[in-house]
Amino acid sequence: MTMQPAGTEIASRTAAIIDELKDLEGPLLPILHEIQEEFGHVPQAALPVIADGLNLSRAEVHGVVTFYHDFRARPAGRHVLKLCQAEACQSMGSDAVAAKIKHLLGIGFHETTRDGSVTLEPVYCLGLCACSPSAMLDGEVIGRLDDEKIEEIVAEVRS
Amino acid sequence: MIPRIYIPGDSGAIALGAEKVAKAIAKELAERGIEAKIVRNGSRGAYFLEPMVEVATDTGRVAYGPVKPSDVKSLFDSGFLKGAPHKRWLGSPDKIPFLAKQTRLTFARCGVIDPLSLDNYKAHGGLKGLENAVAMTPADIVKQVTESGLRGRGGAGFPTGIKWKTVLETAGERKYIVCNADEGDSATFADRMIMEGDPFVLIEGMAIAGIATGATKGFVYIRSEYPHAVATMNKAVEIARKHGVLGVNVLGSANAFDMEIRVGAGAYVCGEETSLLNSLEGKRGVVRAKPPLPAIQGLFGKPTVINNVISLASVPIIMDRGAAYYKDFGMGRSRGTIPIQIAGNVKNGGLFETAFGLTLGEIVDDIGGGTSTGRPVKAVQVGGPLGAYFPRGLFDTPFDYEEFAKRDGLIGHAGITVFDDTADMLKQARFAMEFCAIESCGKCTPCRIGSTRGVEVLDKVAAGIEAEKNLALVTDLCNTMKFGSLCALGGFTPYPVMSSITHFPDDFKPAPARVAAE
Repeated sequence: MTMQPAGTEIASRTAAIIDELKDLEGPLLPILHEIQEEFGHVPQAALPVIADGLNLSRAEVHGVVTFYHDFRARPAGRHVLKLCQAEACQSMGSDAVAAKIKHLLGIGFHETTRDGSVTLEPVYCLGLCACSPSAMLDGEVIGRLDDEKIEEIVAEVRS
Repeated sequence: MIPRIYIPGDSGAIALGAEKVAKAIAKELAERGIEAKIVRNGSRGAYFLEPMVEVATDTGRVAYGPVKPSDVKSLFDSGFLKGAPHKRWLGSPDKIPFLAKQTRLTFARCGVIDPLSLDNYKAHGGLKGLENAVAMTPADIVKQVTESGLRGRGGAGFPTGIKWKTVLETAGERKYIVCNADEGDSATFADRMIMEGDPFVLIEGMAIAGIATGATKGFVYIRSEYPHAVATMNKAVEIARKHGVLGVNVLGSANAFDMEIRVGAGAYVCGEETSLLNSLEGKRGVVRAKPPLPAIQGLFGKPTVINNVISLASVPIIMDRGAAYYKDFGMGRSRGTIPIQIAGNVKNGGLFETAFGLTLGEIVDDIGGGTSTGRPVKAVQVGGPLGAYFPRGLFDTPFDYEEFAKRDGLIGHAGITVFDDTADMLKQARFAMEFCAIESCGKCTPCRIGSTRGVEVLDKVAAGIEAEKNLALVTDLCNTMKFGSLCALGGFTPYPVMSSITHFPDDFKPAPARVAAE
């Protein structure tokens, strides 16, 4: 396991990100994306720094961070597997795909395996609706999931 | 001439293995010592044939598909660089029936050109619309767009020219063009395809919108689920800036226009225009009450044009060929072409751009070729998660904004999801409520609480608990949500729910009866 950066280090790295982006019009979302890119999640310790840097209340920053599905409060597993659960994928059996993957990994949605190898999440549409059922593994898209592809994915996230 | 090989870099093609095919082709070229140029084009949209590899020959392009990495060696052996026959040979892409039957105006270049070559874009008619626009008065541009009959392709179908006119006529020291690229509706991928396959057409459309309304700054708000589209758009904006398409003097004129790409953060509701504006401003993506209209008080309180990707990407051809040319396509008050996205359980899935007016049956049966499982079609959902489910009995409905509204449905962003006869419509209705509960921004009560109650009541129906009484309750709840919600999320969730109940009543019968019926 990687060590979590200490609060002061989070604060200084967050301050650098804010410095770089605060002149954008509406800088909060770009800043949050950058922080998540940097730390793998949006640490609590970053919130007061953002509030201070953008002249917002902590409550406002907290409100924004928690509104969006993308921003994580804690780090994800080494791999992030998103399974599309929207209608087009449903029509091609995404329910069964999800059940199979949950079974193989031994976790449910919004959970991380105990060894920290993979986090499983539902996603509502990847825009691959003519290639259903679809998934995204660490930002890369996979279409027409079948047993063979499911096994490949599971092997990859376990390695 | 060095052979030219086209391998789509479109997400859909990549999801089906295009990267592996590209690697295999590059390896084979190296091993055989053949020099060739690989172009990563967009997709033409025939996803049942992706990855579709094309080669440029003396007699035009020849397509092969769907190509697997294991096909690559034999493709080289059989001489595919010269367009020779092979089991994956499809011939000229223009003659593939699915593509030949289309009328491609907005998607004319998508899948044909190198998405990041401005020269290639210009060689295929790009920038002509913008060239015309810089020589016109803003009022004349707005007039031309209005006369074309173009309506918002995001779903609401509001006339684009009228929106622009309001912004033009509203005074403001700063105005914005915002492109809604938060394409979250299941069954839709037209926005993604154009951003990945022909990004300059969107940039051109936004620059025209800027000149027409006096806006100098544009934002494209792309959903985070589309990393490839984000990357391509960022590169394209950079190139456009470098070549003077964007900047203080657009195409050397006195008009200034520049733009930025912004990335969403996984909130479906941000596809609603006012929550999108809040999100861009760095706030929670909650819906704003209207009025004031965004055209008057939009982004940061300034007059703002907010249009969908396809609306903006359709503007260049209108400014190039004229309003009459575009208006000539279509039927009734639905003018021009619409990129229909055929998705889900369908044999020939993909993007089909055509004039308005095809019937739903023609789209699903003739073009889509029925289900991919080979079972009978039970229902099709038109317009994404907020669209109605249509049974076969309504397959004579022509694809037209008003005709769909007459049958309690909507075109939305023109995505169609096909379901075979194994679909359980009670489950689909429940999902519509569940999805609304997950994605509700929480601002208005009918949506926030109604959706959760909807799930509970439908669960009771499924469990056979006072089914008739509970169905009446769902109907009443849908009525409240439809008329009491602030935006389309709560307001349109009743479409999939009520259409399921109306057209597929058998699926809502108490559990024992359902078992007996089967």
